[in-house]
Amino acid sequence: MTQVTSSSTATFRALKCKECGEEYELAALHVCEFCFGPLEVVYDLSSLRGRVTRESIQEGPHSIWRYRPFLPVATENPIDVGTGMTPLVRANRLARRLGLKNLLIKNDAVNMPTLSFKDRVVSVALTRARELGFTTVSCASTGNLANSTAAIAAHAGLDCCVFIPADLEAGKVLGTLIYGPTVIAVQGNYDQVNRLCSEVANTHPWGFVNINLRPYYSEGSKTLGYEVAEQLGWQLPDHVVAPLASGSLFTKIYKGFQDFIQVGLVEDKVVRFSGAQAEGCSPIAQAFAEERDFITPVKPSTIAKSIAIGNPADGVYALEIARKTGGNISAVSDAEIVEGMKLLAETEGIFTETAGGTTIAVLQKLVAAGKIDPEETTVAYITGNGLKTQEAVQGYIGEPLTIQPNLEGFERALERSKTLHRLEWQPVLV
Amino acid sequence: MSVKVLIPTTLQKFTNNQATVLCDGSDVANLLESLDQSCPGIKARLCDEKGQPRRFLNLYVNSEDIRFLAGVNTPLQDGDEVSIVPAVAGG
Repeated sequence: MTQVTSSSTATFRALKCKECGEEYELAALHVCEFCFGPLEVVYDLSSLRGRVTRESIQEGPHSIWRYRPFLPVATENPIDVGTGMTPLVRANRLARRLGLKNLLIKNDAVNMPTLSFKDRVVSVALTRARELGFTTVSCASTGNLANSTAAIAAHAGLDCCVFIPADLEAGKVLGTLIYGPTVIAVQGNYDQVNRLCSEVANTHPWGFVNINLRPYYSEGSKTLGYEVAEQLGWQLPDHVVAPLASGSLFTKIYKGFQDFIQVGLVEDKVVRFSGAQAEGCSPIAQAFAEERDFITPVKPSTIAKSIAIGNPADGVYALEIARKTGGNISAVSDAEIVEGMKLLAETEGIFTETAGGTTIAVLQKLVAAGKIDPEETTVAYITGNGLKTQEAVQGYIGEPLTIQPNLEGFERALERSKTLHRLEWQPVLV
Repeated sequence: MSVKVLIPTTLQKFTNNQATVLCDGSDVANLLESLDQSCPGIKARLCDEKGQPRRFLNLYVNSEDIRFLAGVNTPLQDGDEVSIVPAVAGG
């Protein structure tokens, strides 16, 4: 096992069951052996009060590691591939279109190195995997996690074996294979891949980022909360809208805000949390609508594959947060998801994948229903890149105007495009 | 008759570190009882006070979640495989 330089600022001290409170040592463990509840990392954050300041964070690296004292790693040399510190874009054109006054987009479509928020969780998980002595890492993935695990494992020199559903988008498969891991394509949906991967974990002593390393892995998403607070000038927004798959991201953004409040880096306030799902896989939205406190699993059928988790592990916690903060959880159709992707691209120049389309479509729906106040400072989290899910918009975005290489051809094409544009905007009589 | 049960790492201390156990049972509830006889104490970890599987536990019969079948009343046959899997995050 590699010798790890322990840092004086590391504050994580144990794993603790979210359900029964039982504590465990900081090993590769993810469930409580008494009640099967998920384990979460606990910190001694009070020791950071006064020691970690806005200035000390700003002097840190331009990556998620500027928040290292809040993350579950001991080393002072984490795997830093420039992950995090993605743009927080003031989205004035989209805001006007929707009827909002203060809308911002947290753009993880351009996160490094693999263009999704997963680079945050994987940077943390693989840094911790190395500390725990693993030489092979693995994961069950809907695509983005596989891209990220394979890329960062390549950088860190770790062996890698990833499990994906066999029907994933081509871009996500290719974007994993290029890094040279073993890729196992399972003929089943993500929930089946996840189950199989858990069974493999029973007999293979690897570091599975979303299984035995999950308590460390999921903490990486807190940085989406920290960055937004810092980028807003050390204050919290009024409302956030984020996609819901397993529910982990949603709960960790919340935890990120709470950490900063606790350490005194931002003023305490209630931030409303709203979640977005695709109708074809909306177990959390259904539970929210029916006022249930349990999740009934579903079989996913949607183009939003990256968030198609029918049996969401953190669903109940996401429900709890949306309810206690006065937020909502809503679902949109596949057609609305495609429109959401187009709307974000056309108004803000951001090409997101289907999960981002889901978030924008739900944002639009919540504004229309009066569930987001126009005055609220609202942050929509865009977690992945559209180039990975090109199939979803193929056939819905027009085609190039092909011409001969002469001016006449160009003028004719230009005229034609104006006509097409006019037709698109004219009211259609039915 | 016998059913193959896949045991998660967390519970392998009840099974002498075995990842699979052969067991009997006409349905899932019945199987959990008989598993508890060969591995005393394991049922209390899997089920709550009312005898229902805990909320962060997933049980599968031949790769299908029992919540899509008949829950703990899902019938079992010789050669079936039952998998015990804690909930996991992902994406």
